[in-house]
Amino acid sequence: MTGWQDSNGRDSAPPSTTKNDDVVASEIDRLDGSSGDTLIGRTVTINRPPAELYAYWRDFPKLATFMENVVSVEQIDAVRSHWVVKAPGGKTVEWDSVVTEENEGSSIAWSSAPDAEVRNSGKVEFREAPGGRGSYVTATIVYDPPGGAVGKLIAKIFQREPAIQARRDLRRFKQLMETGEIATSAWTRKQVEEENA
Amino acid sequence: MRALTWHGKHDVRVDTVDDPEIVNPRDAIIKITSTAICGSDLHLYDGYIPTMQKGDILGHEFMGEVVEVGSGSTLKKGQRVVVPFTISCGSCFHCSKHQYSACDNGNPADNQDIAMELYGQPMSALFGYSHMTGGYAGGQAEYVRVPFSDVGPIVIPDGVDDDKVLFLSDILPTGWMAAENADIEPGDTVAVWGCGPVGLFAVQSAFLMGAERVIAIDHFPRRLELARKFGAETINFKESSTYEALMEMTGGIGPDAVIDAVGMEAHGLFVDNVVDQIKASTFLGTDRTHSIRQAIVACRKGGRVSMPAVYGGIVDKFPLGAFMQKGLTLKTGQTHVQHYLPGLLAAVLDDKVDTTFLISHRLPLEQAPEGYKMFHDRQNEVTKIVLKPGMAPQ
Repeated sequence: MTGWQDSNGRDSAPPSTTKNDDVVASEIDRLDGSSGDTLIGRTVTINRPPAELYAYWRDFPKLATFMENVVSVEQIDAVRSHWVVKAPGGKTVEWDSVVTEENEGSSIAWSSAPDAEVRNSGKVEFREAPGGRGSYVTATIVYDPPGGAVGKLIAKIFQREPAIQARRDLRRFKQLMETGEIATSAWTRKQVEEENA
Repeated sequence: MRALTWHGKHDVRVDTVDDPEIVNPRDAIIKITSTAICGSDLHLYDGYIPTMQKGDILGHEFMGEVVEVGSGSTLKKGQRVVVPFTISCGSCFHCSKHQYSACDNGNPADNQDIAMELYGQPMSALFGYSHMTGGYAGGQAEYVRVPFSDVGPIVIPDGVDDDKVLFLSDILPTGWMAAENADIEPGDTVAVWGCGPVGLFAVQSAFLMGAERVIAIDHFPRRLELARKFGAETINFKESSTYEALMEMTGGIGPDAVIDAVGMEAHGLFVDNVVDQIKASTFLGTDRTHSIRQAIVACRKGGRVSMPAVYGGIVDKFPLGAFMQKGLTLKTGQTHVQHYLPGLLAAVLDDKVDTTFLISHRLPLEQAPEGYKMFHDRQNEVTKIVLKPGMAPQ
């Protein structure tokens, strides 16, 4: 047995890739305070140590730098933060998010406050990658599926499927951490402003 | 500024567009002094490459003078630089292994999905070559924004002509890597399909790497003549059977290494069901994989196949049986330009590699559309066109 095998001798494919609904359900149960019944997961390799990536992410106001639809995040107290997110028609939606579980340097789990209009929850994990490649960063998000009222709202707010949004946001996080900037093909500052609008 | 822009199949125009600016810390702005039309630009011209948009600025072989730098650039104003066609960050895993053309970070996040659907992983970014590879404005213009300017551009010593070093941007390192990928051993016989710029540089590189014989294959007399100038034997495939000729010329063994420097340039893009399915484009051409198939069949048992040629889709009728039964090895890929630049600049300055022979025409940027048409229609005598902004009309 290697350190990468599951200690319970189980299959190594992550729950987000399962074809089995029971696996999804049990994984969602494991995420404390989760809401919704759809699970997505995305992993990206970033050529930086886990502690550095964790520290950047834990400073929530900075998340707006690479999360496309996030206008701002304000830290309320040690575990609570206030999120302002772009919505269609130039509007914004706001909610409070609570850190539900945290392991210094390796993972952060969150859930929207119970009265939030847009309910969502998830977890981000930072693990050392093999071969000195830096870190595996895995974002797991639980939400209501499209079709449900909340799911529709989430899809509208994020403008695309949450899985795609997460993938793109993680890529921007990787670019920022590895290169110090976020790649853009814009060649004037005005074009950059239009892209970010 | 003025720039050559794409508007559709066989429709390129010189338009006035916004001047580029520094938008990220590691950027530099280059004032273009020379910029070439590449054979792969003809794929765009012919409409074979999906994810092009009207108004895209073309050009990925260029050099010029640094006129503006961001806070993270290591370049200085006034320096002359050649810019690699691949946009590489220098700090991701792939760049750290010198696999620069596999860089994770040059391609903007939203564009990465296109290639991920097609190829399983996102592609890195290139200048002026569709939105799948980043959507970056190219260098057939008066100015260009160069991202990661602390990693890519190589500074050219004063007093060295543009013509001598311009091809460091793409075709010289591409021809060199093609020969390197053929794992040439002293005494080898190497066959090269296609005597375009990449093929001709592969011929020169193969000899420098110790090949005893190089056999070049094409049907344009002028290009075969250039290959002979560098010591290659030649086969005109319009006049002889390539396979029969190669077998006779190699005593029935076949070439030790074969290099496909043709790709879809001459024969069009493959039948490509996957591309169609995801509707990446509605104008993908279809054609044969003639040169790579022929190269594999001709190659000796246990030989090596190098494929610098550009392919985009799914291949039909690939001779997988011949490939396995003969125990061949295939190496390919977009060029890791940054990896080769210091060595090749030295080789050019020491006159070990001849670069200027290739240039058949020089035109002002304003006449670029005429240049595309000439290059497209008259491949025998038009071997390379260099565009120069501000040059007097020809």
